Amino acid sequence: MAESSDSEEEDLVSYGSALQPLQEGERIKKPVPLQEQTVKDAKGRYQRFHGAFTGGFSAGYFNTVGTKEGWTPSAFVSSRQKRADRTVLGPEDFMDEEDLSEFGIAPKDITTTDDFASKAKDRIKEKARQIAGVVAPIPGTTAFDDLIGPSKITVGVELLRKMGWKEGQGIGPRVKRKPCRQKPDPTVKIYGCALPPGLSEGSEDEEDEYQPENVTFAPKDVMPVDLTPKENVHGLGYKGLDPSQALFGASGREHLNLFTGGSEETSNLLGDLRHSKGRKLGITGQAFGVGALEEEDDDIYATDTLSKYDTVLKDEEPGDGLYGWTAPKQYKSKKRPEGDFKYIGKVLAGFSLASKPSAPVKVYPAPSLPRNYRPVHRFRPVLPAGSESCHLQKALEESAGKLERDPAHHSRHALNAAQRREQLGEAELKGPAPSVLEYLSEKDRERLKQVKQASEQQMKAKPVPQESPSSRFQVASPEDAAHKWQMLLGGQLANAGSSDFKPFAKNPEKQKRYENFVKSLKQGERGERLERFFDQNMTEWERGREQEEFYRAAMFYRSSNSTLSSRFTRAKYEDDVDKVEVPRDQENDIDDKETAVKMKMFGKLTRDNFEWHPDKLLCKRFNVRDPYPDSSVVGLPKVKRDKYSVFNFLTVPEPTTSVTQATNEKIQESNSLNKPKKSSRWDVSDKEKEKKDSISEFISLARSKADAQQQPPVPAKEECGTGTAETPPSVVAEEDKDQEEESRRPPMDLFKAIFVSSSDEKSSSSEEEEESDEEQQPTTSERQSETTEQVDVADSSSSNLQESVTAATDSGIPSLPTSKQELDAAEEFGPKLPPAFSSGTTWQQQTEVPATFPGPSRKEKHRKIRERHKTKKERKRKKEKKKKHKKQKNKGKHKNKKSEKDSSSDTTDSSDSLSDMDTTGLSPKELLRRLKQLQY
Amino acid sequence: MAFPRPRPARPELPRQRVQSLQCGQGAVRAARFNADGNYCLTCGSDKTLKLWNPHKGTALRTYQGHGYEVLDAAGSFDNSQICSGGADKAVALWDVSTGQVVRKYRGHAGKVNCVQFNEEATVIVSGSIDSTVRCWDCRSRRPDPIQVLDEAKDGISSVKLSAHEILTGSVDGRVRRYDLRTGQLCSDYIGSPITSVCFSKDGQCVLAASLDSTLRLLDKDTGELLGEYKGHRSTTYRLDCVLNELDTHVGCASEDSHVYFWDLLEGSLALSLPVGQGVVQSLAFHPSLPCLLVATQGQVTLWREDTFQPEGDPD
Repeated sequence: MAESSDSEEEDLVSYGSALQPLQEGERIKKPVPLQEQTVKDAKGRYQRFHGAFTGGFSAGYFNTVGTKEGWTPSAFVSSRQKRADRTVLGPEDFMDEEDLSEFGIAPKDITTTDDFASKAKDRIKEKARQIAGVVAPIPGTTAFDDLIGPSKITVGVELLRKMGWKEGQGIGPRVKRKPCRQKPDPTVKIYGCALPPGLSEGSEDEEDEYQPENVTFAPKDVMPVDLTPKENVHGLGYKGLDPSQALFGASGREHLNLFTGGSEETSNLLGDLRHSKGRKLGITGQAFGVGALEEEDDDIYATDTLSKYDTVLKDEEPGDGLYGWTAPKQYKSKKRPEGDFKYIGKVLAGFSLASKPSAPVKVYPAPSLPRNYRPVHRFRPVLPAGSESCHLQKALEESAGKLERDPAHHSRHALNAAQRREQLGEAELKGPAPSVLEYLSEKDRERLKQVKQASEQQMKAKPVPQESPSSRFQVASPEDAAHKWQMLLGGQLANAGSSDFKPFAKNPEKQKRYENFVKSLKQGERGERLERFFDQNMTEWERGREQEEFYRAAMFYRSSNSTLSSRFTRAKYEDDVDKVEVPRDQENDIDDKETAVKMKMFGKLTRDNFEWHPDKLLCKRFNVRDPYPDSSVVGLPKVKRDKYSVFNFLTVPEPTTSVTQATNEKIQESNSLNKPKKSSRWDVSDKEKEKKDSISEFISLARSKADAQQQPPVPAKEECGTGTAETPPSVVAEEDKDQEEESRRPPMDLFKAIFVSSSDEKSSSSEEEEESDEEQQPTTSERQSETTEQVDVADSSSSNLQESVTAATDSGIPSLPTSKQELDAAEEFGPKLPPAFSSGTTWQQQTEVPATFPGPSRKEKHRKIRERHKTKKERKRKKEKKKKHKKQKNKGKHKNKKSEKDSSSDTTDSSDSLSDMDTTGLSPKELLRRLKQLQY
Repeated sequence: MAFPRPRPARPELPRQRVQSLQCGQGAVRAARFNADGNYCLTCGSDKTLKLWNPHKGTALRTYQGHGYEVLDAAGSFDNSQICSGGADKAVALWDVSTGQVVRKYRGHAGKVNCVQFNEEATVIVSGSIDSTVRCWDCRSRRPDPIQVLDEAKDGISSVKLSAHEILTGSVDGRVRRYDLRTGQLCSDYIGSPITSVCFSKDGQCVLAASLDSTLRLLDKDTGELLGEYKGHRSTTYRLDCVLNELDTHVGCASEDSHVYFWDLLEGSLALSLPVGQGVVQSLAFHPSLPCLLVATQGQVTLWREDTFQPEGDPD
């Protein structure tokens, strides 16, 4: 066994050193875990691997800045007693032992520094060193440097040497130099800066002369171009005091060589060896002056000599005779004509004299004062602002006076503004007319005067009746009221219509009526004649109301406008008070998207992309670069739109041609198209429309076509007319445009959604009402055709539902539905939470969903029951229906449903929407079919 | 290495029930795994939040402080914090170890349906039925959110985060993806109210469950439909959808007390797992194991693959 194992051992190759065999009875040492392995120095202290100066982790005295004795420096001695002993501290005094050791920053031991370590050094440096050697005090000292054995040579250098390479040579095959130099390779391009010729080649020029033909040379060593970027703020070419140059003789031979600046040094040595040639060693340069030990002090200020200074005062002219004066010569010799004086100063480099003089500045003399001008201003006594009645009185007086008296009789200061304006021939102000009463008829004026007098007599302090509200609000009959109003307002109304005050701007028709009304009022028409301006379709009561409204508006206008508007001019741009910021882009166009979803054409059709600006802080928190670093917008970019407008809730589908319009036009358009802040779902932003590709266009086109086919003009169109009548005039133009084309009109369901306040719940509840109504209907028709009923049963479930819905909408104000209340009680928005169980024990029960939670199955059941019930009723009056009629209603219902689904999503009843899908299920196919028809 | 890699094991679906946690906190509104899947959180309708080790079936801690039922919760990546949102319209940030509310963020106008931490747990993103998504700062003491995403027209039912994206599903039938890196908002119209959204593990796809009883897998970049999964019933309630740990299957809770799994590529129904009675309240899939957490009524059950042997078993 042993022998065989021995032989085996001989065959084996062993790596490493074997462990020492264990002594008899010796316990196996436990290996020290890594974290407990420590290093101690000679004195048994824990060794630190770094000192404080080299970025060590254990600096100072146990990681403090103190010492063993505490913070007080132990070396402190009172300078009173021991003044002479003051020690000068050097950097070494602050260093740790580690810093002074072999690998510290100031090693005390003799070590091989980089200068000696390798001979593979910069050639530039080498050259500098050679030059320095030549000029050194002991020539050839540097030769000894080479003799001092380099202790470290890199492997590469060693290998190169063994291949015959010598320092200073280039690397590569040996070449003949002459031919190479004779014909430079034309194909080789030289990039970057060529080396100065004198440096590398100049020296070789001389050698070349006596070179034999058959001798080859090593290739030239390539001198790297110094590509150090300029990092400092000094001027170009500036070199500060170069420490290596300053300590020229000693540099490189010291251990403490903290300041060797790499590239600067080399470049200095290359270019500027003037100092070493002059044998000036040590610190030179103006900044340091001349050292005390320096013998030559003639060159203290290298560029400045005393001979440059004047020593004698004399009136000798300098070369140009200007004494440094650079101004034009005009001042020197006044005789020169002004026109052609020349600039004879020094022209700055880069500038040239102008060939033609600049145009002389024209001087305008001050206007001569009139002879009788007295520079004193006399102030006109200010009339104290009195009460309203005082004003009125004055106005009356003025107007009366104007009518009766000749203005020429007035003194200059007695003229009022209007008279002055007349005299001056100025245009009339936009504000109130000067004398309001002149528009009134003679009779009215008379009456007004009477009223005034009466009131003055009765109560001196009390203002005219327009201040007493009781008379204003007691409206006995329209005519009476009109009379009163007329009396009260009198001439103040006069200018109401003429100005741009439009209280009913939202309703152009009404505004027009108002203007006519005011105009006629001005002409002094009586209330009964004013009646004709009102809408004939209105009831008596409505007319009366509107009349009063007009009076009130006119009154309001007078009070604010007449007092203020003459003082103010109208803003050029409209105020933004009624505008609101809304997102620029909005998701929209649900119809097409829905169609796309049904056709499962997800992707472009269903996707909206928006620019969205995350908050800067959010980006920071998510560790993401801010995608829009320059913008201050957060969220979606916003634009300003009108706040109150019917069009906020309307979609005006754009004509298909407008899809190709330019973007800025779009934006303008969308600005006029008013949008709400939190808009309804079916809002269409124009930009969005643009993005729509052709398929969706086709779909919408097909849809509109289909609508036009199926839908004869229904009364809802009138609804549209009245609805849009309330839109501001800016929109009216667009509206008109839209009405030109049937396909452009907003879809019917929109109007239904707005004007017919019906939701699914409401309609379903009002169905019951309807049913009760139906029961009251004459039963004669019920008995008529029992046979035809059966035919209609198939589609009755859908059609009668629709029937009832439309009936419900016709019935006007629907009562609050009970089913809706139920829903509200649940208070759920969107998908509900799954049914909760009050305690943990309930899951063991085998019961179904508790009754407190309206489960879907329950609801559906309920619904079905109701529908069945309805069908029964419906059959009775089925025969009354005409086919066409049904179809139309069908359509209406269809749309209504859809809009409902859009609008009432916060009370979304999912089961309802599901059943909707059943009834509307055919529409995508249908649409597709029509689409195809359209295309062919 | 020279050896070919062993064939990847066929993805297994959780089929056997290994644990059942009787939470005792009313209806369990949500059950969520923590970041590594070793623990889970259950949100109760009795205003409490509980931390469990579902694999051992031990309750670790109860967090009390919400004013109303807790609807969603999420754990931070380092398990040091929990965020939760409830019907009291508040988002709470909890310290896991002390069990105290560190901060409460108030600002939502309605129930907070969903909460998520971002990757570094510096931001809580919460979605509410007030149709806003709010991003709350966990670092500063600022009371108001960093940003409010109010693009949705209806309540937010689900929010998910990736490294640089916020994915929201809303009842207005849209899935919105806010990309912070590109500064874009992509809004995909689904039509039916969205109940739950999630990213696939590779971050390329978006899964959206909606109330038309359909799950849709959309391409994240183009919005194209990659797959459609039907068969379950989801018409009324806010139910979760999940992707399994390898992205091979798609799962969804159903109102018929089953959990359905479909093959992601083929779209075929792979598994219909009867998990108990009543509607499946919440689902959570383990981040790395075929392990499913199902909340039904008042209990939470843990499901594992067939080959799984519970630790206690000698076999």
